[in-house]
Amino acid sequence: MTDLTALSVSEALAGMKNKDFSAVELTKAHLDAMEKARHLNAYILETPEIALKQAAESDKRYAAGTALPLDGIPTGIKDLFCTEGVQTTAASKILEGFIPTYESTVTSKLFADGAVMLGKTNLDEFAMGSSNTTSYFGNVVNPWKANDSDADLVPGGSSGGSAAAVAANIAMLSTGTDTGGSIRQPAAFCGIAGIRPTYGRCSRWGVVAFASSLDQAGAFGRSVEDCAHMLKSMSGYDPKDSTSAKLDVPDFPALIEQGVKGLKVGIPKEYRLDETPAEINAIWEQGIEWLREAGAEIVDISLPHTKYALPAYYIVAPAEASSNLARYDGVRYGLRVDGKDLAETYCKSRAEGFGDEVKRRIMVGSYVLSAGYYDAYYIQAQKVRRLIQDDFKKAYEKVDFILTPATPSSAFAIGENEDDPIKMYLNDVFTVTVNMAGLPGMSVPAGLDKRGLPLGLQVIGRPFDEVTVLRACRFIERASAFSAKPQFVINKAA
Amino acid sequence: MAEIIRGNTGDWEMVIGLEVHAQAITESKLFSGAATTFGAAPNTQVSLVDAAMPGMLPVLNMKSVEQAVRTGLGLNSKINLYSVFERKNYFYPDLPQGYQISQYLHPIVGEGEIEIDLPNGEVKKIGITRLHLEQDAGKSIHDQHPTKSYVDLNRSGNTLMEIVSEPDLRDGIEVGAYLTKLRMILRYLGTCDGNMDEGSMRADVNISVRKVGDSKLGTRCEIKNVNSIKAAQAAIDYESRRQIEILEDGGSIDQETRLWDPAHNVTRSMRSKEDAHDYRYFPDPDLLPLVLEQGYVDDIKKTLPELPDEKKHRFMQNYGLGAYDASVLISSRSRADYFETVANDRDAKLAANWVINELLGILNKDGKTIEESPISSENLGKLVGLIEDNTISGRIAKDVFAEMYASGKDPEVIVEEQGLKQVTDTGAIEALVDKVIAENPDKVEQYKSGKDKLFGFFVGQVMKESQGKANPQMVNELLKNKLS
Repeated sequence: MTDLTALSVSEALAGMKNKDFSAVELTKAHLDAMEKARHLNAYILETPEIALKQAAESDKRYAAGTALPLDGIPTGIKDLFCTEGVQTTAASKILEGFIPTYESTVTSKLFADGAVMLGKTNLDEFAMGSSNTTSYFGNVVNPWKANDSDADLVPGGSSGGSAAAVAANIAMLSTGTDTGGSIRQPAAFCGIAGIRPTYGRCSRWGVVAFASSLDQAGAFGRSVEDCAHMLKSMSGYDPKDSTSAKLDVPDFPALIEQGVKGLKVGIPKEYRLDETPAEINAIWEQGIEWLREAGAEIVDISLPHTKYALPAYYIVAPAEASSNLARYDGVRYGLRVDGKDLAETYCKSRAEGFGDEVKRRIMVGSYVLSAGYYDAYYIQAQKVRRLIQDDFKKAYEKVDFILTPATPSSAFAIGENEDDPIKMYLNDVFTVTVNMAGLPGMSVPAGLDKRGLPLGLQVIGRPFDEVTVLRACRFIERASAFSAKPQFVINKAA
Repeated sequence: MAEIIRGNTGDWEMVIGLEVHAQAITESKLFSGAATTFGAAPNTQVSLVDAAMPGMLPVLNMKSVEQAVRTGLGLNSKINLYSVFERKNYFYPDLPQGYQISQYLHPIVGEGEIEIDLPNGEVKKIGITRLHLEQDAGKSIHDQHPTKSYVDLNRSGNTLMEIVSEPDLRDGIEVGAYLTKLRMILRYLGTCDGNMDEGSMRADVNISVRKVGDSKLGTRCEIKNVNSIKAAQAAIDYESRRQIEILEDGGSIDQETRLWDPAHNVTRSMRSKEDAHDYRYFPDPDLLPLVLEQGYVDDIKKTLPELPDEKKHRFMQNYGLGAYDASVLISSRSRADYFETVANDRDAKLAANWVINELLGILNKDGKTIEESPISSENLGKLVGLIEDNTISGRIAKDVFAEMYASGKDPEVIVEEQGLKQVTDTGAIEALVDKVIAENPDKVEQYKSGKDKLFGFFVGQVMKESQGKANPQMVNELLKNKLS
């Protein structure tokens, strides 16, 4: 019998429609696989009862011929999305045991389209990190291993659990959020596709906030098409989010096969960094070559303020985070550690509730917003942000999309880069510009490095032009014919 | 003239500016759909947003915006078509988000001015610096448990309009007049109920002192917890003298926030400038800048009611009233409307007299507002009409008024039932006059020999004979003729 966990979304939907297998069988296959993959620590909480109940309802709809667009598709939900009646932690001790009475807009939409929730996936605490090592619930292990070492690798972050789950076939789809690269970087590290749509495309309502002006929900899948299915269900205007866009949602899966012929591709020279490994540049060159051969026009462009993006990001994001995380004060929900008075209760609750990386960002954020430093840091960073937006605006007068590497390296070992936060922050160097400009970006696997680890390419599009992004990524996916599987999946099959 | 405080080293004046927090009348909160009714059971009007649950987002209530624009227009102020909500960050249990969403660098309303009416009849212009929108905090309750504090979030997220004045006020009387006028304008506009005792209008007083003639401002203190006009005046009296005493003793004023203690009539230091919070204001990334169209503002302008000052001037011009009477009548919209019904097509001055001296007099005594008056405006108007067309005399009218106040009856019915119509028949009055003259020959003698004052006696006797119903003017004329 075929491995139900290895199917694509289209194959799974067709299989259920044809009664080859039921939604409950598909879900059970995933729940079994999850049990065997617990050492990856991809899930903070598994929700088998909910999954089976939802799957049974999907089966009823299939029987009645009223199946929904994602009916019965087993899905991992990043534990940053509030789920009604189901613990939501943001991977933080301060929210351990917190059970929302409400459902985030994105998960509501997914469930309304028939998606089945397998559980809440692990992440960096409050989505702050690039390795999924800051989670209070422990790090996530990448299902890939290098061919020269047995060391466990990071899945990337912050949506490490979601990416690892999809790569390890213990979720067919998963949700992510991307504030500085938190979908694209783990997608690249785990050899899968991941799209962060334009800021405003998906509602932020019910998603635990990290940096409000940068946060955006998105989708992971093993193929571009799978991502397109999920993105279609997640997207749309929400009156409960003042920053969500009042725009119709295109039929993404139907629009991805048009190829790239005649499209203009921007290659930004500022993304050629001296310290970038040759293999990364090589895969980028390869991508350019595939596009050229397919009839796309390659245009050299300049995004001159790129080098300021990362430092500016690490001012804006912590500034917003320092304020967004003020509500975790031990008064109404979550962890409270009583002190002798109010101030001490605040201090103790927050000192015990937050991990080091979160504390570091709260301190940095409070500092850059404080009197006397606000102009020099926060205002300056906002100016940089505007310049970065202008860079892209000018570029898009000449090109239809931009191609860059997704990450400056392949997955690294757990524990690496932990000694110096700056080293860790450099992981986001190719991805943060997208967040600073509010653009859609997608990472798609394009090949393996010499250690046998996946490398991704990033496609960046115009605001709300996810269609072109998906289309270009679908082309790269075909051109690269990327079919490598992580050792975890290969070993399981063997 | 503003109050001058005579010190040991010379004359001092006060420089005062007010920050008034007015809760806007809206059905739901500034950024959430929760209700805003005062006095509901604790924590029953709290949405997920107000309680700052994870992942919740604010959505601006356009009714709050409308009320702010309306108020700005009523304060003759500039409406800023571009304004920005910012976060003011600080920790307190009644502030669930850990920040208050407020406006800082870009308020919705800019500079303007209002006129205040001083008791001596003087009118003074007071500058308005700005009005901005912000969230109210919840309420901490410290007296319900020996060691714990309780928090009621019903108020959390309500719409506040913070109205900041220029430091144009010079004493407690001016502050009282300013607060009275501001409250009147807000109530006319229907943007705030102005109930200071329910906390829907609260004032922080910024006060400094300086020698008369100095142009430089002294160091100011901010006084919080001022919950009535009386409290504001008492706090100013105390604080100005405290500051003068320090300065005259060679000391200097610390810029600080002080708390008014109404139990002991003193201000107490709450926190000094050194302890002042660094609020780390920054634009709220959950909310886009608020951009209004001029047409939107113009449409609101068209719906503004006649405001107190306009009404006052119209009453003076159209009804020929004095400034004092006019300002008494316009002090609330319902009072002004009541008066206008009474005065409709009648002698306006007479109407004003009856409303102010008789009706407001007795309502005041009984602690009632004009809305609670047992006499309807239509009936009081009829009474004025009956006096005006000589159906009854002013003297009889007072009795009718008393009966109306007691029973709420129509004055025409009362006059009819009790036969109180004035006697204007010359023959009937003449008969009474003759009778009185005949019965008092000695008084007639004395009058004719020069005791003019006795004329009043004759008038009184005739009126008595007529049971008060004789037309006094006719009585006068007939008596004069007969006695000459």
